[in-house]
Amino acid sequence: MELPVFLLFAFISIACGVSLVVQRHPIASALSLIGVMGSIAVLYLLLGAEFIAAVQLIVYAGAIMVLFIFVIMLLNAGAESPMGKSWPSRLFGIPLLTVFLALLAYLIQTYAPSLPNVRFGAMTTGAGELGRSLFTKYLLPFEVTSVLVLIAILGAVVLARKEID
Amino acid sequence: MRSTGGSKRHTDSDTDSSSHFVAMNFFLISLIKTGVVAGALLTTLAYLQWIERKVLAHIQMRLGPYRVGPHGLLQPLADVLKLTMKEGYIPSHVNVFFYLLAPFLAVTCALISICMIPFGPSVEIFGYRTDLGLADLNIGVLFVLAVTSVGVYGIALAGWSSNNKYSLMGGLRSSAQMISYELPMTIALVSPLLLINDLSLRTIVNEQGGYYLGIIPKWSIFQLPFPQLISFLIFLISSFAETNRVPFDLPEAENELVAGFHTEYSSLGFACFFMAEYANMITATCMSTVLFLGGWHAPFPAEYGSDFVPVLLLLAAAAVLIYQGVVDPKAGRKWDRFSLPVAGLGAAGLALVFLIPVLKPILIPIFWFTAKTGFLLFVFIWIRGTLPRFRYDQLMNFTWKFLFPLSILNLLATALLVALAGEKS
Repeated sequence: MELPVFLLFAFISIACGVSLVVQRHPIASALSLIGVMGSIAVLYLLLGAEFIAAVQLIVYAGAIMVLFIFVIMLLNAGAESPMGKSWPSRLFGIPLLTVFLALLAYLIQTYAPSLPNVRFGAMTTGAGELGRSLFTKYLLPFEVTSVLVLIAILGAVVLARKEID
Repeated sequence: MRSTGGSKRHTDSDTDSSSHFVAMNFFLISLIKTGVVAGALLTTLAYLQWIERKVLAHIQMRLGPYRVGPHGLLQPLADVLKLTMKEGYIPSHVNVFFYLLAPFLAVTCALISICMIPFGPSVEIFGYRTDLGLADLNIGVLFVLAVTSVGVYGIALAGWSSNNKYSLMGGLRSSAQMISYELPMTIALVSPLLLINDLSLRTIVNEQGGYYLGIIPKWSIFQLPFPQLISFLIFLISSFAETNRVPFDLPEAENELVAGFHTEYSSLGFACFFMAEYANMITATCMSTVLFLGGWHAPFPAEYGSDFVPVLLLLAAAAVLIYQGVVDPKAGRKWDRFSLPVAGLGAAGLALVFLIPVLKPILIPIFWFTAKTGFLLFVFIWIRGTLPRFRYDQLMNFTWKFLFPLSILNLLATALLVALAGEKS
């Protein structure tokens, strides 16, 4: 039962990822990215990590990507016309890609040669345990991150503020 | 997606035949439940629109729809026929793929979230124990939030793909408004979760059962250590904005934007947006009922006769109908002499159904759930008939400068009092 669903959504996420790169129009690319997020959320759900799946949807698809789409719509960005490829990209593109993929495969083989297979529904960590570990074991990183976000918000406010003389 | 029934199937697999039987039973019951809920939801959607027109008409001293069927009761049917028979016209200047995708997204996201709502306790039907409600994820609240937050794409895309200034303004306004009001809504919703300490909607309702001093219900809006009245009001106000209803219906403000994001839509595309708005309303009211008003729990205990409230209400309705039809009929409405007493007898018969002991444990909780949800839906319509529309800067100032700080204060107060009261077992 789980395997066909997994294969379906893995395929959808890869297809959306390819479409994200290939699409000419920014809105189409952004929507493909939402498709990737959504299908990855389904994969989390299959693994049993329901909380992570919901957070993935709420934070990425529901908040961040809405802002992206909002900005694209506001700027009224049109479809991009393809420019001719430069000679370095023609010359080195495919060889560099092959080297990169080979390097990736080599690193995975060296550092994680025999990881056990992940089973469907195995990760049953609920929201309660996650919250508890965030507020006990990982309290310092959590608070530091929140201060970082606060600084980012302050920076945005200062940049966007109108000068009042 | 896992439901409670699904996990039961795995535990019961002692012998092959019995597990097969249980699995079949689970499948069958789920199919029946889905059919019933889908049918009831779609009928409610159609008739909610009729009720809204009737209530608005009576607020404005009019009669409302009266031509199709007795008291305009067949008007929704006529509307559905009209919308489906119209030509689905696609303007030449739109982005066709996104133009067609947008209403589909809007209506799907609006209809899906109903599957998380628990309508009643677990009951026994023909010896098979099942929950009244479709599914019960242990992150039910988050699921509903996630699905509704994806729903905004429908409106934003419709506005953009229509390639029309009014539509684009509507889409932009709606996405800005929905992002802004999602904040106070989510924070307001966290406070009852702190009291109850769980994310499953069924557990949330179960925790609100029981009564203080034998009479005051333990609903979230009354629950100690900190009654959630403020967060209930914040949630309700934000859900008006999230569903694009008056007084926050700026995305479709007629006097400024023609019809806002759905200006270019006709026939079924328009019907999808229309359905999505009403389905979102139903989801919002169901969520307020479940989170704040104790779901299916009666407002006062059964010892004081809360089981007889539906019977008395229906009998009173029957008495009024029969009186209006037989004793004091309005001049010039001959049909009322027949239709009103028949409807009255129907109401009296329904009252008797609520007295049947076998059906009582199913019907009474569903009655209370429907009564609370229905009352909130009435409030939605009432407000639409009462308040004018906000200006856009007022709308944004209201959420960012008032609702958002207030919801954070409420959350801090709740957290402090819950921490002082000690951890729940």
